[in-house]
Amino acid sequence: MYQTTYHRASSVDEAVSLFGKSSEAKFLAGGQTLLPVMKQRLASPSDVIDLGKIKELQGVELSGDVLTIKAGTIYYDIMQNADVKKAIPAIAYLTSVLGDPAVRYRGTIGGSIANNDPAADFPAALLALGATVKTNKRSITADDFFKGLFTTALEDGEIITAVSFPVPAKAGYEKMRHPASRFALTGVFVAKTKSGEVRVAATGASQSGVMRVPAIEAALKANWSPAAIDGVSISASNLLADIHGTAEYRANLIKVMAQRAVTAAG
Amino acid sequence: MGVEGIGARVVRKEDKRFITGKGRYVDDIKLQGMTHAHFVRSPHAHAKVKGIDSSEALKMPGVVAVLTGQQIVDDKVGNLICGWAITSKDGSPMKMGAWPAMAPETVRFVGQAVAVVIADSKNLARDAAEAVVVDYEELPAVADVHAAIKSGAPQLHPEAPGNQVYDWVIGDEGATDAAFAKAANVVKLDVTNNRLAPNAMEPRAAIADYDAAEEHFTLYTTSQNPHVARLVLSAFYNIAPEHKLRVIAPDVGGGFGSKIFIYPEEMVALWASKKVGRPVKWTGDRTEAFLTDAHGRDHVTHAEMAFDANNKITGLKVKTYANFGAYMSLFSSSVPTYLYATLLSGQYNIPAIHAEVVGVYTNTTPVDAYRGAGRPEASYLIERLMETAARQLKVDPAALRRTNFITTFPHQTPVIMAYDTGDFNASLDAAMKAIDYAGFAGRKAKAKADGKLRGIGVSCYIEACGIAPSKAVGSLGAGVGLWESAEVRVNPVGTIEILTGSHSHGQGHETTFCQLVAERLGVPISQVSIVHGDTDKVQFGMGTYGSRSAAVGLTAILKAMEKMESKAKKIAAHALEASEGDIVIENGEFKVAGTDKAIAFPMVALAAYTAHNLPDGMEPGLKESAFYDPTNFTFPAGTYICELEVDPGTGKTSFVNFVAADDFGRLINPMIVEGQVHGGLVQGIGQALLEHAIYDANGQPVTASFMDYAMPRADDVPSFNLSHTTTLCPGNPLGIKGCGEAGAIGASAAVINAITDAIGKNNLEMPATPDRVWRTIHAA
Repeated sequence: MYQTTYHRASSVDEAVSLFGKSSEAKFLAGGQTLLPVMKQRLASPSDVIDLGKIKELQGVELSGDVLTIKAGTIYYDIMQNADVKKAIPAIAYLTSVLGDPAVRYRGTIGGSIANNDPAADFPAALLALGATVKTNKRSITADDFFKGLFTTALEDGEIITAVSFPVPAKAGYEKMRHPASRFALTGVFVAKTKSGEVRVAATGASQSGVMRVPAIEAALKANWSPAAIDGVSISASNLLADIHGTAEYRANLIKVMAQRAVTAAG
Repeated sequence: MGVEGIGARVVRKEDKRFITGKGRYVDDIKLQGMTHAHFVRSPHAHAKVKGIDSSEALKMPGVVAVLTGQQIVDDKVGNLICGWAITSKDGSPMKMGAWPAMAPETVRFVGQAVAVVIADSKNLARDAAEAVVVDYEELPAVADVHAAIKSGAPQLHPEAPGNQVYDWVIGDEGATDAAFAKAANVVKLDVTNNRLAPNAMEPRAAIADYDAAEEHFTLYTTSQNPHVARLVLSAFYNIAPEHKLRVIAPDVGGGFGSKIFIYPEEMVALWASKKVGRPVKWTGDRTEAFLTDAHGRDHVTHAEMAFDANNKITGLKVKTYANFGAYMSLFSSSVPTYLYATLLSGQYNIPAIHAEVVGVYTNTTPVDAYRGAGRPEASYLIERLMETAARQLKVDPAALRRTNFITTFPHQTPVIMAYDTGDFNASLDAAMKAIDYAGFAGRKAKAKADGKLRGIGVSCYIEACGIAPSKAVGSLGAGVGLWESAEVRVNPVGTIEILTGSHSHGQGHETTFCQLVAERLGVPISQVSIVHGDTDKVQFGMGTYGSRSAAVGLTAILKAMEKMESKAKKIAAHALEASEGDIVIENGEFKVAGTDKAIAFPMVALAAYTAHNLPDGMEPGLKESAFYDPTNFTFPAGTYICELEVDPGTGKTSFVNFVAADDFGRLINPMIVEGQVHGGLVQGIGQALLEHAIYDANGQPVTASFMDYAMPRADDVPSFNLSHTTTLCPGNPLGIKGCGEAGAIGASAAVINAITDAIGKNNLEMPATPDRVWRTIHAA
């Protein structure tokens, strides 16, 4: 790791102020991506501003039909939260298969979506559920937030404060774990809103990061059942291919995981 | 068996320090004035080193030195050696290119060191290493064995035209051809044995400390065999004479073969410590482990097996290409020859075998012994062939094996090995019973109704362990003898120190070796301590690899114990005024048989050291040593059967059951043996399903971190159902065969046989990743 200066912010305002005073600062949430990258000397921020102790970034709230998860909430707390289990159990399940126990005790929802790893689990949930990302400056819909591999709508120094999920009628998530990293080799989140809209998002599959899957959405809109996806054809073009999965395999996984997610959603 | 004697499930003595974080590994050691080394490594698979500019690095505060490959050559530090000479079929010796500890002119794999920075701290050394500018001229590279032997392929070493190290044969080609000419059926198979990265939990590390006043070196290192390290560093690398070099291998966190070898980093640390006049420490990180620890396996093989009309095997032909990487590592040459082809008879009566092995250089990390070393490759090949044959001949796979089992011993195979004993039917029976083989068809049908593809796979392995008679291995080209030594030191108060040339890096020797003493003397194991891993404390010994520590190392201890007991009996007889022949040892006492006259062992020890009343002419003291050279290899064998399900939607494999019936001869501590089997099985399953060290066509490693290289995790493997069938090894007095590698040798074939049974397609390469299985299911 290169030399860096560590700051622990006690409020979002302080974190923003510290960021403004640094030349090349990075916000540190759970550190599950940033710290390994720094250890490998692939990142060398002048300053690291730790958001982990900011109280206003912690916690879960269920208010009517909206579940709000504060950005600094760790996966384990999301997984265990009674409101999450009640309102959107698919999110509790997603966190239970995210990484391993060590990751779940450190990683945060805000850190995950700010990093927008193309194989991360949470971006699929946000996109499929039509969530809204709250920052210290504004609200951004999930459709507008994710901009491709490791890229988001966040501006320099902007801090995610919370994610709001409209409580769906049905939702489910299934993933094929990457054998080595345990990220999603491909994961699919399916959701049916209370107004009957169907949204399906796949992670780990596309060269452009998390994506909606319109063909499966249309099939499920017509008939919410795993069998409805049987006839859907998913193109392998523009899908990721690596030593653990060919593009054709990932195209297959989008279908299979979608079917299993629908089964899980009920 | 006493509560702590042979056969007792004694809890491991060493675990107290390991699980409370009190183990002392090389990286835990800090010396006064210690510097830190960081290597400048090649990012290229093949390149000329045109120049190295260290000027900026040397200006950085805290940087002590930047040393280069040219300097180590100028100082006449020897090139790395390969310690087993193999002769090609045309009679020529193997063709080796030079391997300097740091490359002065040419780099041949990604990660090869060209220079080292010595600095006051680890981070400083790393910062400065980034400031060293190396001018490389890239050369074309080749990573794949088949590509490497094609004409026009990039050439690695001028000494080895065509990148060929050797073309070696074993067996009787004429007899084998004759068997095939008369065969009723011939079964053919192409298999790849995937390259693995060993990944011991503790990365390699070294601290070198040169004492100028004494002209003496001390090396702390992560070694499985510190005496062999000292010998090689002295005799071949010209670093220090043997009596001026102390090698200490303290607690070592796993080796699996990868810490047998003497690597460039230890050589450079020693050499550099003298140059800079301060201790030098190097601790590898995980990336360096992936790039520089000797890899394992990496064979490409075509094999054919001939059968008569009664499904008896009549012949076997094998041609294997073994990828050695860019240089010949210490024992690499022996792995695909004498540790592989000599086991090609498996558990079967095969009258004629002919095998040809072509060793090939590629621009990849050097390959050497890794848990099993040649024997997993042989066992995998034979057991895949047997499964393929059963399918082709339309007979039950277990029955086909039974038809061909060797049932009388000793049995001379056509490939050197003479199996001493075994009962292959017994282990097959035990495994079939444990897994309810007979009920499998019903379970498969039920799984099918649930949309799952269920399969069962048998693997009947045999291996040669306890390597081996020195005379025999010497005649086959080994550069060392493979005996073991031990010393028993009884202290004046009757406590006992066992000094052993074996080295424990996870095997539990501090417990099992004490159990032998407890068994013989009836003293508690708390009164016994095991000393190992320090060349200043322990007389020359050969170390731990090839499942040899119990069969060879413990037998050496037994021999020393027998000498010590013989003298102690004389002392006791003298004290008790009895005849030596009447003395028996019971519960820590030396007794006159059939009487109540006895003297406690500590009193015998005290008498030996006070020397007030010893038999006439007897030397004082109670300390004996022994060197033990085995008379043959030992032959652990067994049957593994795996039952699993494949998800046709994803190609993912889930285990239903995994049974192992092993014959290891006598077990000293069944709990530790089970742990060894568990670990071995996980490595075998890891090879079958997950692990693969991959290079792209240009020799760039694709799997140099745990994000890409899939190590097995606890939830990737099932709970194992273990059992033992026992035939005692006649070659050593304890009847021990060895257990350290069996799991890694036998498991892979059981898994692939089961998956291919499940999916109804025979050809499937390892690792059988979900993607690969899914594509195989859906292939036309």
